[in-house]
Amino acid sequence: MLWPRLARALIGKPLTDPAPPVPQDTVHALAERLAATARTRLGRSLAIREVDSGSCNGCELEVNALQNVAYDLERFGLRFVASPKHADVLLVTGPACRNMAEAMERALACTPEPRWVVAAGDCAVDGGVFKGSYAVHGGVGAVLPVDLLIPGCPPSPTQLLEGLLALLEAEARPPRKENRAGWIAPAGP
Amino acid sequence: MSATALIRAGAPQGARPFERFLLSPDAWARLPAALRAEPSLALLALWAEPGLVHAAFLDEAAGGVLLASAPAEGGRYAALSPARPGAIRFERMIRDLWGLTAEGAVDLRPWLDHGRWPVAGPLSGQPAQLTGAEPPQPEFLPVEGEGVHQIPVGPIHAGVIEPGHFRFHIQGEIVVRLEERLGYKHKGTLSLMLGKSPRAAAVFPARLSGDSTVAHAWAFAAAAEAALGVAVPERATALRAVMGELERIHNHLNDWGFVCNDAAFAFPHARCGFLREQVLRACAAAFGHRLMMDCVLPGGVAPDIADGGAAAILAALAAVEAEIPALVKIYESHASLQDRVVGTGFLNPDFARAYAAGGFVGRGSGRRFDARMAPGYAPYDLLAPPVVVEAGGDVDARVRVRIAELRASIAMVRRLLGALPGGETLVALPAHGGEGSALVEGFRGECLAWLRLDDGGLIRGVFLRDPSWLQWPLLEAAIEGNIVADFPLCNKSFNCSYSGVDL
Ligand code: SF4
Repeated sequence: MLWPRLARALIGKPLTDPAPPVPQDTVHALAERLAATARTRLGRSLAIREVDSGSCNGCELEVNALQNVAYDLERFGLRFVASPKHADVLLVTGPACRNMAEAMERALACTPEPRWVVAAGDCAVDGGVFKGSYAVHGGVGAVLPVDLLIPGCPPSPTQLLEGLLALLEAEARPPRKENRAGWIAPAGP
Repeated sequence: MSATALIRAGAPQGARPFERFLLSPDAWARLPAALRAEPSLALLALWAEPGLVHAAFLDEAAGGVLLASAPAEGGRYAALSPARPGAIRFERMIRDLWGLTAEGAVDLRPWLDHGRWPVAGPLSGQPAQLTGAEPPQPEFLPVEGEGVHQIPVGPIHAGVIEPGHFRFHIQGEIVVRLEERLGYKHKGTLSLMLGKSPRAAAVFPARLSGDSTVAHAWAFAAAAEAALGVAVPERATALRAVMGELERIHNHLNDWGFVCNDAAFAFPHARCGFLREQVLRACAAAFGHRLMMDCVLPGGVAPDIADGGAAAILAALAAVEAEIPALVKIYESHASLQDRVVGTGFLNPDFARAYAAGGFVGRGSGRRFDARMAPGYAPYDLLAPPVVVEAGGDVDARVRVRIAELRASIAMVRRLLGALPGGETLVALPAHGGEGSALVEGFRGECLAWLRLDDGGLIRGVFLRDPSWLQWPLLEAAIEGNIVADFPLCNKSFNCSYSGVDL
């Protein structure tokens, strides 16, 4: 039952969508943040460690969906890893909950440099609807140094992919001088 | 006096549709003994307001819901946990959030409060300001025996899942005891809802647990509508059910795929993921959001289903339906997969009953309860979905409940879309006082919402109870005696929400 289907899949058309376009302004701005040595170290692939700092789990659903065959991450050299020790990117979702702050800091401490910290989702950007609660510090930036913000509640897999591809392209390109923000915004200085 | 009679003897408070009775502290103190004598009265939830404790019960025989309250004199009330084990975590939560202590409680260790907030008793009405003391080390229940060692896991886990801490006590490969420590995702959700109108507060139930955004938003909306005496348009009711069933479908597909994946069997995971993606895209085409977040509002539904939305949904569901038989065959015919799921993570039906566990956790262990049928709500009185029950109690049983529900949900969406009533989808809400509650069956079980509005129509008291409250403790029981390596499989078959219970 399974083998004939696998064989058919081998000769069939892939189910994967074409890659989304990447906002070039964001790429340039990110490239400026990256030292030349870091660029060679990171190369053309990224290992991503997802850290949930207190999301509603909507963001996790979309990060998981990003790993389905329609998006086929590995064709870009993107893959999720089980430990921050193996990661180039911390992809953080959710507001920075006070009860998670220490775990977030420890995850960052375990992530070797050079590394990117991406805040994905409106909550991660600035706390979202949970802003001002006694139980949250605010966005992820309140606890960790953030390089890239991907807004959305939750951001769709395509939006997440655009952001991650911008990181990859930034690594491939020498920096340009001006720093302009696209809708996917590199975080402040 | 039976517990039901004891509660009904209290003063009715005018809550709709389920009445709430105010008991004296003495009458409340007699509840634990009365509950022990009346096992068919299941505890659904326990929560509080400043100085007042509330409980929600389900009369399992009649399918009705009964609310009871009592003043907590001097910040104390009689614990229900000696009679209902499901009360344990609620009592710990009530102490952390409202500062009320359950006397005679089974367990009074902190639950949500990890000692990292700037206040103590944030919902108590007069929260005490704290100055950054070192957070205390958590205490875990001890285990004795030769060769027992501990494995601490989390809060951050290896997969893309929510944070929580699991403390395993292990003997060789066997789990002797698992203890969960949650609360890492506490966001102060309830505090943010106070003082807001139901419309303005609706973003919070929609974000209590993102995978159940429709179910929680629906329960909250229904509670607000009951409090205000508002009837929603027929079209909105039908669309809520469409969204609710689509939510069930996409989550059940997700869980089925992930259970197989956690048994290292990737093919069903890939197929379920792809089918689910098509369902989510159809949801986006129909309602403007892949998860249908913020689409169910107090007063109805917004936006209305888009032109072409129904066709997109039906096409995605046809693809799912067409593939289910092949996937079931693959699931059943591979010994390597069956060996992992059959007999693994057995949940004793007695425990499921004692905790009144809902959803696939309860129904996978023989507990015949589905809030769509009892207490029941529109439009399920017309749709009459089958209540799928499996007796096995293992990972396989919980998967099979999901598969059967997938099929039933697809049929219901088809029926609903085939006969959508016309007209409005959203009505304005009046601003006045009232109290209401509702029970809505989400994909993982019944979601309970309760709220009390002041004369200006603003929220004075609110509680949202995810079904995971009564399922998480049972995961601790189900994993006992299994090998550590089967934990991800058991965990996924329960798929409890962290955010939903962390509030
Ligand atoms: S951004 Fe939205 S989906 Fe993501 S965690 Fe926050 S509320 Fe949930």
